Amino acid sequence: MAIKNIAILNGRLVDPLAGTDRQADLFLAEGRIVGVGQAPADFVAEDTIDATGLVVCPGLVDLAARLREPGFEYKATLPTEMAAAVAGGVTSIVCPPDTDPPLDEPGLVTMLRQRAKAHDLARLYPVGALTVGLKGREITEMAQLREAGCVAFSQGDVPIADLQVLYRAMQYAATFGFSLRLRPEEASLVNDGVAHDGEYASRLGLTGIPVVAETIAIAQIVQLMRATGCSVHLARLSSGEGVAMVRAAKRDGLPLTCDVDINHIHLADVDIGYFNSQYRFDPPLRSGRDRDAIVAGLVDGTIDLICSDHSPVDDDGKLVPFAEAERGATGLELLLPLTLAWAERAGVALPQALAKVTCVPATFLGFQAGLSVGHRADLTVFDPAATWRVTPDALKSQGKNTPFLGHELKGRVRHTLVKGKRVFDA
Amino acid sequence: MYNPQLNQQGELIHLLTTEGLPKRILNQVLDRAAEFVAQGADGNKKFGHLAGRSVFNLFFENSTRTRTTFEIAAKRLSADVINLNIQASSTAKGETLLDTIHNLEAMGADLFVVRHAQSGAAHLIAEHVQPGIAVVNAGDGRHAHPTQALLDMYTIRHYKGDFTNLRVAIVGDILHSRVARSQIHALTTLGCPEVRVIGPKTLLPTGIESLGVHVHHDMREGLKDVDVVAMLRLQNERMSGAYLPSTQEFFKYYGLTPEKLALAKPDAIVMHPGPMNRGVEIDSAVADGERAVILPQVTFGIAVRMAVMNIVAENQARRGN
Repeated sequence: MAIKNIAILNGRLVDPLAGTDRQADLFLAEGRIVGVGQAPADFVAEDTIDATGLVVCPGLVDLAARLREPGFEYKATLPTEMAAAVAGGVTSIVCPPDTDPPLDEPGLVTMLRQRAKAHDLARLYPVGALTVGLKGREITEMAQLREAGCVAFSQGDVPIADLQVLYRAMQYAATFGFSLRLRPEEASLVNDGVAHDGEYASRLGLTGIPVVAETIAIAQIVQLMRATGCSVHLARLSSGEGVAMVRAAKRDGLPLTCDVDINHIHLADVDIGYFNSQYRFDPPLRSGRDRDAIVAGLVDGTIDLICSDHSPVDDDGKLVPFAEAERGATGLELLLPLTLAWAERAGVALPQALAKVTCVPATFLGFQAGLSVGHRADLTVFDPAATWRVTPDALKSQGKNTPFLGHELKGRVRHTLVKGKRVFDA
Repeated sequence: MYNPQLNQQGELIHLLTTEGLPKRILNQVLDRAAEFVAQGADGNKKFGHLAGRSVFNLFFENSTRTRTTFEIAAKRLSADVINLNIQASSTAKGETLLDTIHNLEAMGADLFVVRHAQSGAAHLIAEHVQPGIAVVNAGDGRHAHPTQALLDMYTIRHYKGDFTNLRVAIVGDILHSRVARSQIHALTTLGCPEVRVIGPKTLLPTGIESLGVHVHHDMREGLKDVDVVAMLRLQNERMSGAYLPSTQEFFKYYGLTPEKLALAKPDAIVMHPGPMNRGVEIDSAVADGERAVILPQVTFGIAVRMAVMNIVAENQARRGN
């Protein structure tokens, strides 16, 4: 299919890479931006988008979204979640390896990418399993997984119990300059915990997960980074102390980066209310003080980016007692509005806020997400003032469960473009 | 804040926890129980309050005593009682908790008495039962055991008359105890000015002070001048491993012996929710001594459970009209 020349007219161009926010037209051809403000001399628009009153920004890049394929198709499938992604303005998705089977063989990765191409909406970037079967015992064929298209390596939410294995994995990854995405969590301190170990869990009689479960893991990872030179991205911080440790490690010049998911920016343990299983997360929602420290860490740059941690969970996974409930929530369609809500509350300007979900995560995938000539024509056009209510019907994802069900959110995607093609129009 | 136990008129329609229940409702239960005790003393054992109603005792976790007292209480109110020991049947076959509940609703249940190993199970059920059906929590995980706490309050009121000048010490494994949590909320609501919890740090929940209690690690300090000693059962699985080194050491430091009890007020009463571990949390000399009110607790427990079932069924029926 030929790619049309598209003109996006009268939009407010927010370019997080350049840090600019201005009114201008944008011209696309051959999957790239070919003109800003002024069309190239020989440009003939075959399609126009009127972006009056709308923000035009690089497409969102989500560093953690579970699509549930292969293995968990009853929860979600590539077609449904790809549709959810572009409806949420997400043009690049990074999916963790915790599928069934896990993405621990090059063949599986190739298959997944083939299948994603068949549903050509958003771009898919798989993360390879760090250990075979995510069992934490033998490292995978990382170099070959990389050749098959893996952008990084991770254990998903399964921590490595044996530090010797983690040490070797980091040495091996450092050999090739691969980056690891690790969720900092010491399993023996989590044990059978289901909620933040604090006053609220004590009151509800829920088994606690102490903050040290996170900080001890960060301390171990930081020491292993010093020993191996491996660069690490910490997935989904939950505690203020964790943020402080990352801040200190960055100050020391370690190649450490980290993210937080949209839920932990907005919610805290007390929101669990009367055992509401929509609030069951790994890591758990922590205290209001922890959440405030996360917000401060985002503002000062300690936390590099925001991910959705999209995890479609069906009703059967949530209509059970809190401790038995499946963790996680749908997120692809909430990434933009919840990022905007954070920015508004924290007083962060739009270019800086959108950087957390566009150009910063894009650097992890090796491309630049900006609005200059030559950049990818992966774009999101949204109405920053439009409000919408989060309901099961309003969500395209097969996962309808999120703590934000019923909430009125601001920021509605009107058009999404990937590789210069319109893949979503509201 | 929305309270799932109360209807819009502020009446009790489920009993899930003592937390957030107003004093007037706690007193209503205690007063109703007192009526049943008084009528029982007159030789009257059978009442018609729940005639034609079906009470389902749903025990997803083992219990003999609590289940039996609920059964007796329901029968004294003339209810049809069905006992279901669920861990042996459906959940093992993969049926979800709510599937089980909806099936039993279809069989015509009016009141569920539920015990479950997970905190919040009773709330989940109350949220999803059809209007008109009452849920009484008979213990959910570590969270709440409200009828036990209410019978403890009844016992305290019976022996001490009033709560507003009492010191109460709750001793032992607070961390895993739904009884302790429910006692604390009931005591603070009823105006008890000083509630203490005593135990080693491994058995005290994080931030328990936020419930309004004073924390002690030393029995000699914690028991000084108290009016009520509420002992807790130490579950077998806590007796070894990382919580405690041994039952002997626990008994030495936290077991209630006559010597330690001597630090309390001379007329202090000793309660225990049962079943007791003699020589682990309590010395037989105390358990069988004249300060112990452990057997009266059991007797009052039946009246309190009658009162609770009577009140929630009555309020549910009125709402249905």
